[in-house]
Order: sequence, then C-alpha cells, then structure tokens
Amino acid sequence: MKRVLRLLAAVLVVGAIAFWAATGADRGWTKTRVPKKVVDEVTGLVGIQWQHKFVPGVDFLGAALLGAGVLAGVSIFVPAKPK
Amino acid sequence: MITKLTVLALVALSGVALAAPQTFDFKDPKGINNAGFKLDAPLEAINGSASGISGTVTFDPENPGATKGKIIVATASLIVPNPMQNKHMLSDKWLDAAKFPEISFESKEFKNVQTTGDTTTADATGTFTLKGVSKELTVPVKLNYLRDKLGDRVPNQKGDLLVIRASFSIKRNDFNIMPGQYEDKVSNTIELTLSIAGASPK
Repeated sequence: MKRVLRLLAAVLVVGAIAFWAATGADRGWTKTRVPKKVVDEVTGLVGIQWQHKFVPGVDFLGAALLGAGVLAGVSIFVPAKPK
Repeated sequence: MITKLTVLALVALSGVALAAPQTFDFKDPKGINNAGFKLDAPLEAINGSASGISGTVTFDPENPGATKGKIIVATASLIVPNPMQNKHMLSDKWLDAAKFPEISFESKEFKNVQTTGDTTTADATGTFTLKGVSKELTVPVKLNYLRDKLGDRVPNQKGDLLVIRASFSIKRNDFNIMPGQYEDKVSNTIELTLSIAGASPK
C-alpha cells in the first residue's frame, strides 16, 4: 500500500507536468476558453470568438503537486508490509 | 419654367435627403462587434471581451461633429478565459450582472472633431454607466463611414456602415466595483476598447 501510494504520487506529478508541458506550458491561470481573433474584411474590425479549450495553468500544476504531496504524506503513515 | 422649378426643387430635396442624419443600429448579425477589457494582475493580466452589443448612433456624413448615440453592452456577455474568474466577475461582489444587466455609454457631444475623407476622429463626451454608477467621461473615438458597404457585409441588404473604434480607461473604484479592495490582486485601472460597426439600411 505504501509503495502504491508513492507510485501514484509520482505518476500524478509526472503526468501533470507532462500534460501541462504538452498543452503549451501556460504560466497563467487555467483556462477553459481561449480567444480566437477574427478579422471582418469589410470593416477591418477584429472580432473575438471564444473557443472551448482546456489549457492547464500553474494552478493546475499546483493542485497536482499538492495531491501528490498528500498521497506521499499519507504513505508515511501507512505501516510497511511485514516481511 | 414650372418644369425647371420642379427639377430645382427635386435636386434641393435630394440634397437635403443626402445630408440628413442616419441612424446606425449596432446589433451585429455577424458577431464581430466587441468590447475588450484588460486589468493588470500579478500572475497574468485579465483579458476579456464582451459581444452582447446593441444601441444606435445618429451620424450625419456632412456633419460628423453632430454625432450622438448610445452603445449598450450586456454585462452577462463579458467573458474571461478562467471559469472561476468569470463566475466571480459576474457575481454580486464584482459586476453584479443580475442586478445591473447593462453597461452603457451615451454620447452627448463631440469635441475636437477632425474629418479626413470618410474618417473622423473626435473626443466624445457622454455618460458612462457601469454597475448602476453614471459618470461623465470624455473618450477619444475614431469613426469610419463606409458608404454603400452594408451589402458587402450582409447579403441582400443595401445601406451604409459606420465603424467606431475607441480606447480609454476607467477606475473600478469610481464605479463601486470592490472599491479599495484586492488592488494588489486586480488593478484599479480597467483598460477598455470598443470595436463596433453599425448598419443603416436604405
């Protein structure tokens, strides 16, 4: 159980960092919408269209690290399997 | 003689008709019209936009300085990328979109009017209303009158377009938006931009 919790914590950290990096390593807050600029050819105006897209930010990374920390912390108090 | 007078009268009348002020409706069927806003914040500036724009402006191509009108932004149409920030922004603590569903600017007077061709720049003085608080503001505006261009934008319609661009800033403290609070997290200054086109069908 101790080993499983520590493994889960490691997977969570590595997985979250990999996901964060793969989606652009955004150093802002997590976004669920991103703006897309659209130019109106007649007026020359630039419009904003919001597209649904999940972009994890540093809060996502922080939450994942916190979760991993909790798992690792709990693992300390789990008694080791008797040999 | 009568025929000549009739022709003269018709020419004069058509001249009057051409010079008459036109009313432009700013409800945009293409959804391009938008109001942008930006607030500085420690981790990342809060950038958002609003698309729920309506209102009318009366514009006379022969006398752009006489332009008057009111532009309204639906508070609920304000969007920022982060869902929690979006929820907080529209809540009763910040903009209270349920109680104050509209943000508006009513222009009453144009000053420092400069017109070159179909482009006019001016300082528009009027009443800006946000969260139920109305204040007089002077906003630099740029107007582009696009004669007979409505058909290019909206098929099967004839008419003119009026493009308005404006950039200005306000203080959230002035409009009772969490006055004096969280200024270390969200700046007091809100930078606003307006990019809108109105239609005057013929």
